[in-house]
Amino acid sequence: MKHLTVLLLILCLLPADLPAQETFHVNGVHDDRPDVHALINARIVTAPGTVIDKGVVLVNGDRISAVGANVAIPDGAVVHDLDGLYLYPGFVELDGDYGMPEVKEAKFSEEQGPQMESQTPGAYNWNQAIRAEVNAADMFTVDKAAAEEWRKRGVSAVVTHRHDGIARGVSILVSTADKDVHEVVLKDEVAAHYSFDKGSSTQDYPGSLMGAIALLRQTFLDAEWYADGGSRAEYNITLDELNKTSGLPQFFEVSNKLDVLRAAKIGAEFNKQFVVRCGNDSYQRIPEIKQSNVALVVPLDFPKPFKVTDPFDAYDISLARLQHWDLAPAGPAMLNQAGIRFALTTAEHKAAEDFWNQLRKAIQFGLSPEEALAALTVVPASLAGAQNDLGTIADGKIANILVTTGPLESKDAELVQHWVQGKQHNLGDVSLLRLRGSYNLNVASLGEFKLKLTGDASGLQADIDGEEARLDIAGRSISLSFRPQKKGTALLLSGTIDGDRAMSGRAQRVGGPWINWTATFKSAHKDSKHAAVKERQPISSVNYPLGAYGWDELPSSGSYLIRNATVWTCEADGILTNADVLVQNGKIAQVGQNLSAGGATVIDGTGKHVSPGVIDEHSHIAISRGVNEWTQASSAEVRIGDVVNSDDVNIYRQLAGGVTTSQLLHGSANPIGGQSALIKLRWGQAPEAMKFEGADGFIKFALGENVKQSNWGDLNTVRFPQTRMGVEQVYVDHFTRAVEYEKAWNDYNALGPAQQRAQIPPRRDLDLETLLEIVRNERFITCHSYVQSEISMLMDVADRFGFRINTFTHILEGYKVADIMKEHGAGASSFSDWWAYKYEVIDAIPHNGAILHRMDIVTAFNSDSPEMARRLNQEAAKAVKYGAISEEEALKFVTINPATLLHIDDRVGSIKVGKDADLVLWTDNPLSIYAKVEKTFVDGTLMYDRARDAELLAAAEKQRHELIEQMRVAQANGEDTEEAGEEEEEHFHCEDIHDFGREEVRHNHHSSGHHE
Amino acid sequence: MKYLTLLLMISLVCPAALWAQTPAPGDRQTEPIYLTNVVVHVGDGTVIEKGVVGFTDGKLSAVGSITTTPVPDGANARDLNGAHVYPSLIAPSTSLGLVEIGAVRATRDENEVGALNPNVRSLIAFNTDSRVIPTIRSNGILLAQITPTGGRIPGTSSLVHFDAWNWRDAAVLADDGIHLNWPRMTVPAGADEDEKKKMLKARAQQLQELRDLFVEARAYGQIVAPQKRNLRLEALSLLWPRKTATTKDLPQRRLFIDANDARSILAALNFAVEFDVKPIIVGGADSWLLTDQLKQAGAAVVYQPTHRLPRRRHEAVDQPYKTPAILHEAGIPFCLSGSGSWDVRNLPFLAGTAAAYGLDREQAVVAMTSGSAQILGIDDQVGTLHVGKSATLFVSEGDVLDMRSNNVLHAFVDGREVDLSNKQKELYLKFSKKYGLESPRP
Repeated sequence: MKHLTVLLLILCLLPADLPAQETFHVNGVHDDRPDVHALINARIVTAPGTVIDKGVVLVNGDRISAVGANVAIPDGAVVHDLDGLYLYPGFVELDGDYGMPEVKEAKFSEEQGPQMESQTPGAYNWNQAIRAEVNAADMFTVDKAAAEEWRKRGVSAVVTHRHDGIARGVSILVSTADKDVHEVVLKDEVAAHYSFDKGSSTQDYPGSLMGAIALLRQTFLDAEWYADGGSRAEYNITLDELNKTSGLPQFFEVSNKLDVLRAAKIGAEFNKQFVVRCGNDSYQRIPEIKQSNVALVVPLDFPKPFKVTDPFDAYDISLARLQHWDLAPAGPAMLNQAGIRFALTTAEHKAAEDFWNQLRKAIQFGLSPEEALAALTVVPASLAGAQNDLGTIADGKIANILVTTGPLESKDAELVQHWVQGKQHNLGDVSLLRLRGSYNLNVASLGEFKLKLTGDASGLQADIDGEEARLDIAGRSISLSFRPQKKGTALLLSGTIDGDRAMSGRAQRVGGPWINWTATFKSAHKDSKHAAVKERQPISSVNYPLGAYGWDELPSSGSYLIRNATVWTCEADGILTNADVLVQNGKIAQVGQNLSAGGATVIDGTGKHVSPGVIDEHSHIAISRGVNEWTQASSAEVRIGDVVNSDDVNIYRQLAGGVTTSQLLHGSANPIGGQSALIKLRWGQAPEAMKFEGADGFIKFALGENVKQSNWGDLNTVRFPQTRMGVEQVYVDHFTRAVEYEKAWNDYNALGPAQQRAQIPPRRDLDLETLLEIVRNERFITCHSYVQSEISMLMDVADRFGFRINTFTHILEGYKVADIMKEHGAGASSFSDWWAYKYEVIDAIPHNGAILHRMDIVTAFNSDSPEMARRLNQEAAKAVKYGAISEEEALKFVTINPATLLHIDDRVGSIKVGKDADLVLWTDNPLSIYAKVEKTFVDGTLMYDRARDAELLAAAEKQRHELIEQMRVAQANGEDTEEAGEEEEEHFHCEDIHDFGREEVRHNHHSSGHHE
Repeated sequence: MKYLTLLLMISLVCPAALWAQTPAPGDRQTEPIYLTNVVVHVGDGTVIEKGVVGFTDGKLSAVGSITTTPVPDGANARDLNGAHVYPSLIAPSTSLGLVEIGAVRATRDENEVGALNPNVRSLIAFNTDSRVIPTIRSNGILLAQITPTGGRIPGTSSLVHFDAWNWRDAAVLADDGIHLNWPRMTVPAGADEDEKKKMLKARAQQLQELRDLFVEARAYGQIVAPQKRNLRLEALSLLWPRKTATTKDLPQRRLFIDANDARSILAALNFAVEFDVKPIIVGGADSWLLTDQLKQAGAAVVYQPTHRLPRRRHEAVDQPYKTPAILHEAGIPFCLSGSGSWDVRNLPFLAGTAAAYGLDREQAVVAMTSGSAQILGIDDQVGTLHVGKSATLFVSEGDVLDMRSNNVLHAFVDGREVDLSNKQKELYLKFSKKYGLESPRP
């Protein structure tokens, strides 16, 4: 008995499919089979758009050896009659994690102090999130359960990689066959993979999206340096591997449409043509994506409708989210129509059913079945460089074949077999299909019944005289039970089915005698016609940006004549009464009285005021995923310009407050922050088009409590500096190194080619390059500052290195060192009246602006707040209240003065012929609290109009209601719903310390509600 | 010349012993003071264009037109040349005097540990020597509701004035109200399905706990002499009239419920009605959506988010600015509050914005004076310039709602003249002098 058990166990352990690996020892008798299969009589879609109505596919081992309408079937082939069925090439997945070990996202905990360095042991990259050395081949294992799920989604081959880190190493191409690991790996080193997500890295840097981008940029430079001789200076496996894999296809995973543009941009910088695995919203920025020339890998994870029961819940759902629900299924069709090359990914779908449903939905919404098939087969095959092996049913290709009961796009088409690498995997029993139909069932002594068999390859259901019966079919055996005439005891039948679908066997009524029964086939199941695709269309359309207040079509500049207004020129002309302003071609064409309109639209300015557009010198709106790269004392390499978020509704809200230009600043978490972005509030445009053309580069510096981490809790006592003394040393050290860096390059560049080759070249360092720009007066500082000692210190450091601090921002104790600032030539961009929220502002006074101004220092007031920016005119008026600055001068605090600080006073900030037509029409004196903005122009384009705003609001509400109604219909049709929830906008202040790599937030402990 | 006078005045008011001391409270009123030739903003929505405001022994003794209101002999009459007189602005729901420097833990006394602290009293922690307060009162805010924050029930507030030697002097109405932060009724859109479900469950539990607490507190209030005193329940039980003799000297407290989202406001209204308590909604961002419901519940609103962003992306850009006008239009008792501490000095500009967006200007004044006094329960003493009420008022150079004309020249608390100097003005003067600059309008 015991021996028997052992024997059984051994039998179980032997693989059913004996290993075919050449190099392996075989225990027992060899079992190499001919493995020739002929799939006949099926309709063969050999490639997207190419069909053989009734043909043969010959499979020889793991490859296809012949395809055609008339293919001779060789002797010894196993013949599979697939009459009535459809064959498709197996799908190719580009974004798999099949067979990869699970990635544990690093969790941030309050108890954990900073981690400045990598914890990966070995000669790897300095940053834990750069893992170019990772090779999927090293860690791939066959996962039978997962493979089955991939096969159910039609995926025969997967480009699989470990989704971990910013540089993720290389992928391999594997099949989803139920075979041994040595057989399923089709190709190693398929592509190099990247993302903006640091994954399991526990290292602090990068703590923001812009940090991740900067890290990538520096890594690519480091790799170039390593190849050019850096390898003689250090041994670095990561950089070496990165170089070795740079010739492979380069894949980049992102989460949304703006990230697609960001990935494309960094790709263009380094001559890398990325294939971008995007989110489901790429349709929202089609022109820009098209222009970027990237190929996409597009998911089909369309949003679910929201549960809408409570009207307040419904009111919380923004139009943008509703539109996205409505439009996303049409996204693939829109991408296709625009000529953007894309593959589809199935990776988002846990349940295969869900994938097929969404695929069909995309087809319903206009993606042609051929394009859908291409995006699942030939396109990904070619993007993976595997077009010779995968993607079509063709002679010589790997035998990856889907067998379905209908055309893919048909909702009743069922995937019944999936051949992978020549191996047949059954997802259903095709023999069941022909049994479907009506039968006459005769049971001796009980009479005749009508038996109906329905269902699909995964199982049949029986119906006898309109009553459900129990059915069990296994091969040619059938069991059936029911209650005749719904009376008395049950009748149990057992029998066999022959080739003509005739059945016979024995039966017994519970409590009765054994009797015989037969059934004869009468007629076939009548669903041979597959349901046609029901075309659908979104009820909304894409606007820019998506949602309320977006533009259906982007506006262009016009000709306007504002007539008979009070014009605050912010120039020597002062305030003109009964004056006209003519706008043409985006510029101020004339200022004067009784101007001729020409063809311009006339705006009556009687009783109204015109001012230059308001300029916010200190803003954190329109920034994606992190305003602080807070992890290092210097993050000069990061650029806000990499992460401008054109979707932020605060752009529109601020236009409604008269703002036309904003400097988007890095936060104040470190002494040397990041590079600023200067944008015009060109609402609706994509990030790059919002940037102020030709503006000088700026960078944010910061002093005091934030940079020494005073309010970050007791654990943050590690990062240098922790005192104001240390802050100075950070600057001196960094600028010293920047100057040395310049010398190193100059020395190197002075050498002849041979001498250069004999040397290790200097390494390009984006941190130091940025600092060098400052020393060379090519980049300018906006420094967050409060206390006089440190303000004085920074000017002292600048004097030592021969440059000037351009602007002190906040500068609340500026009034104490106004004379020193004056001498140094620094400007001031202050809060009007903030104070007392932290110790270093204990001596802040609202008269600061007045004193600085009287000292002839260029003085501005800024917001640092998405709300207050809408009322910067009121903030300017506080210079009248505190310190009695004249109204004319006070308005300049938010117009020409910030323009001067930003070196754009030749373009904006005042009303002067030839300047940009960035103008605001106010209902009242712009410094009055009663003044409201009526119109805001940017470059002569009417960006905000109070009357139009009301129309937009009403239109948005109407559309919201229509879409919510549509959702209710979807809900009534049984679609799965989800709780909508309350949307929260991404608002930043200087001090916000988020670790966006870990999706965690460190809160600074302030009670006043203000964050600066 | 005008500036010079002001400068002179300042240097008289704050003599040599300047720096970093909070100014001393004013001396008791010893003679009738009559402010003449002033624009009188009565605080009830009316204005007397050329008026007189007189007060004697700390109480208003005459308010009227200059033609009908004689100045009695022996009175200290001051011709203010068209300046504007207002009753003190009132700042509800602020942590002034509890928090000195937000980021310095040692100076924060507004947030006690634990979720349910109805018995915690702000009054005894109120720091009359705060350096911040003089910068608030020099903008015409002489009265405030000092309010604890944090947790579900942060504690009990008190109403104080800003010209006191110590908190006992300062109390205008001790222990006026209990504050309740309504549980969040929504789930964040960013949360995943499981998290959302968890949150909904937690919310149900919080609401149940709150209900249980109120049931027990009301029952506790019926006990004449509890065998074991429970400070929490005792404090909370004062939301209802106490019938027992032992507590007859404890005045009833008001309930202030902090709620911004529509669902929270509705739930809070129902809760208050269920427990027979007058609902006072603090925050009230979505109150414009619920005017009928607020009215029906007899609720008042302490509206806070005037200078906040709209709650929703698709909401009207200026919704927070317009809401006060909507509340007024609907006849809902409301007042304005900015919460916070140092920035409470911008209260008149919240009202100014509300006025720009549809609220009548005098009603904007009401929303900081009598409207507030009524909601807070001190309208018998302050809130309007009516004879018999406390002479707690101030004079501004012009319209107080507008930064350009808001310039407080004089202020009085119970008839005592308030020293309007503050640390910030002193620093302004000090450094203007250093640079040889003029220093108008300190």
